[in-house]
Amino acid sequence: MMRTLIQFSLLLALLLSLTVQARSALEIVITEGIDSAQPIAVVPFRFEGTNPPSETITEVIAADLMRSGQFNPIPRVRMPQQPYQASDVDFAAWLKEGVEHLVIGSIRETGPDRYTVSFELIDVVRGNAGLSQQMLNQGQLVQSQDYVLDARDTSIASNQVRQFGHRISDIVYERLTGTRGAFLTKIAYVLVQHDAEFPFQLAVADYDGANQQILLRSREPLMSPSWSPDGTKLAYVTFEQRQAQIVIQDIYTGRRSVLSSYPGINGAPTWSPDGRKMALVLSKDGNPEIYVMDIATKELTRVTNHRAIDTEPAWSPDGKEIIFSSERGGNPQLYSVNLQTGTTRRLTFEGEMNLSGTFTPDGQSIVMVHRNRGRYQIARMDRQTRFLQVLTTTSLDESPSIAPNGSMVIYSTMHGSKQVLALVSMDGRFKARLPAAEGEVKSPAWSPFL
Amino acid sequence: MNLHPALKGLLIALPILTLAACSSTSQTSVSEAEAEAARRAQMERDAAVQVERAEQALTPAERVRQQMEALRQENVIYFDFDRSTIRQEFVESLRAHGEFLRNNPSVRVTIEGHTDERGTPEYNIALGERRAQAVVQYLQNLGVPASQMRTVSYGEERPVDMSRTEAGFAKNRRAVLVY
Repeated sequence: MMRTLIQFSLLLALLLSLTVQARSALEIVITEGIDSAQPIAVVPFRFEGTNPPSETITEVIAADLMRSGQFNPIPRVRMPQQPYQASDVDFAAWLKEGVEHLVIGSIRETGPDRYTVSFELIDVVRGNAGLSQQMLNQGQLVQSQDYVLDARDTSIASNQVRQFGHRISDIVYERLTGTRGAFLTKIAYVLVQHDAEFPFQLAVADYDGANQQILLRSREPLMSPSWSPDGTKLAYVTFEQRQAQIVIQDIYTGRRSVLSSYPGINGAPTWSPDGRKMALVLSKDGNPEIYVMDIATKELTRVTNHRAIDTEPAWSPDGKEIIFSSERGGNPQLYSVNLQTGTTRRLTFEGEMNLSGTFTPDGQSIVMVHRNRGRYQIARMDRQTRFLQVLTTTSLDESPSIAPNGSMVIYSTMHGSKQVLALVSMDGRFKARLPAAEGEVKSPAWSPFL
Repeated sequence: MNLHPALKGLLIALPILTLAACSSTSQTSVSEAEAEAARRAQMERDAAVQVERAEQALTPAERVRQQMEALRQENVIYFDFDRSTIRQEFVESLRAHGEFLRNNPSVRVTIEGHTDERGTPEYNIALGERRAQAVVQYLQNLGVPASQMRTVSYGEERPVDMSRTEAGFAKNRRAVLVY
C-alpha cells in the first residue's frame, strides 16, 4: 500500500513536470487507479549532439502509456540502469524491479533542426530467458534477438517530437495489448470564457490537450461537435443567427456551410459511419424527432415519430441502427431503431434516466449518461447481457465520447465550480481530469483514427 | 495663462457678483421697506396661480415603447425542475404580455427557453424548447396569434447564475420574452 502511494506520488510529480514543459492548454491530473496496471520502463533516450529538442520524447511516451490505464511507467529513480540499446540491457536487474518491458533509444542530431530517433521495445522476460540460449545459424553462433519486439529509426524535425512520441506510444501499445493505439488522435470541444468578447469557442487539440487550436469564436453558444469519419470536418450547432443551425466546417481550410436551419431545434448532428449521412434532431414538425439527412442532397428521412422528446442519435458501427434517448416511457431512456425495418426497442431499464448513448467501436457495448439518485454518471452497458457498470464517481457528468480504439471515454464533468473534461478507461479503473487553464470546457468529441 | 473655458468664465463673473453684493449692502438701510413690499407682492402672485406641467400627449409609438419597457422589466418566467408547467405566480405577468401583443399586432416577440445544467445538453435543448412552447401556448390561449411569436431554446448553454447551487439552478430554469 505504502509502496503504491509513493509510486503514485512520484508519477504525479513526473506528470506535473511534463505538463509544465508541454505548456498544454489542458493539463491532466490523475485521479485514481494506476496501481494495478502493467509496469513498464520508458528509459530516458540518450542525446547525441549539441542542441537537444525542447520537448522530452520519453515524457510524452510515459504519459501516454499511463493515461491508457493499461501501463504503469516506473519513475526514473527506480530504474536500475539507463541503457539506450538492446545489447546493454541487464535483464535480471529489471526483472528484480518487476518491469516486464522497456522502451529504450537515442536521439541523434543529424543537421540543422533534424534528428534521428531510434527506439527499441524490449521484452525483459524473454530477454532474461534467452541469455542462456544461443542459436546456431548456418554454422555460426548468434544470439537470438527475439526479445526486441520492435525497433525503428526515424528522421524528424524538432517540432515533431511530441507527435513522434505519440507514434512510439501507438507502436508500444499495439505490440503489448494487441489493440491499435489512439495516441495520435484529437479531441474537439467547446471552450466557454464568460467574460471574453467571444465567449464561445470551438477548439481541437491532441487527445491529451496539447496543441489547442481555436477553429471558431462566437458571441452565441456553440454545441455538439461531431467528427466526419475521415477526420477532416466537424459538424456542430451554432446560435450565431439567434437560432439553432447545424454547420459543417472543414478543419483545415476553415470553409463553413450551413447544413440545417429549420425553425426550432437543429441539434445533435452525428455523422454516419460511411460519411454520407447525418443523423440530427429537428423540431420543425412540433417536437424533437430524429431525422437522417443525406449530406449531398439534403434530403430528410424521418426516423422517429412520437409526441415525447426523442434526441441524441448515435449510429451503430455498421450504420444499420441508431440508438437515441426518448421520454416515450416516462423518463428518458435509451432506445434503438433499425433503419431498414423501423423496429424500435427499449434498451435501458436500470436507473432513473439513461441519456446520451453511444456505441463502443466493436458494437458490443453502449456508453451513456446514467442517472441514479439524482447523480449523472458515465456508465457502460453490455448489449447482450444488459449488465450495466457505472464508470465514474462524480455527479454531473455528460457528453461521453469514446476513443476510436475503444480504450477510453472522454466526458465533461464538474470540478469545483468549473466544467472540465475527464478521461476514464473503459473498465472504469483509471481516471484522469483535464482541467482547463481558463474557462469551462464542454462537449468533447474524440476524433476517428487520423 | 492656459485656463479651462469654464474657469475663465468664472473669473470674469466673480468680480461682477462681488460688485453687486457690495452695492446691495451699501443700500441696505434705505431700501429695507421697499424689499419687504416686493416680497409681499411676490407672495400674492404665487398664491393667485398654481403652475402645473401639462401631460404631454404621447404618440402611439411612444406609448408602445413605454409599455414594452415596462414589460421588459417582467419578462422572465421560472420553472420547476424537469417541468414546463406555467406556475400560478407568472399568470398575471403573462396576461400583461398577452394583452400588449394582442393590442399591437405588428410587435414580434422571441421566447427563449433555458434549463439548469443537470442532464445532458441535448436533452436540455429539448426541455428548453418545451418551456418556450408552454409560454407560446399560454399566450395563444390568450388570443395572441402564433405569427407574432418565435421560440429559441438555449438549453443549458446560457446560465444566468453560475453558482451551481439549488438556488442558482432555479434561476436558470426559465423562459425569457425578448421584444
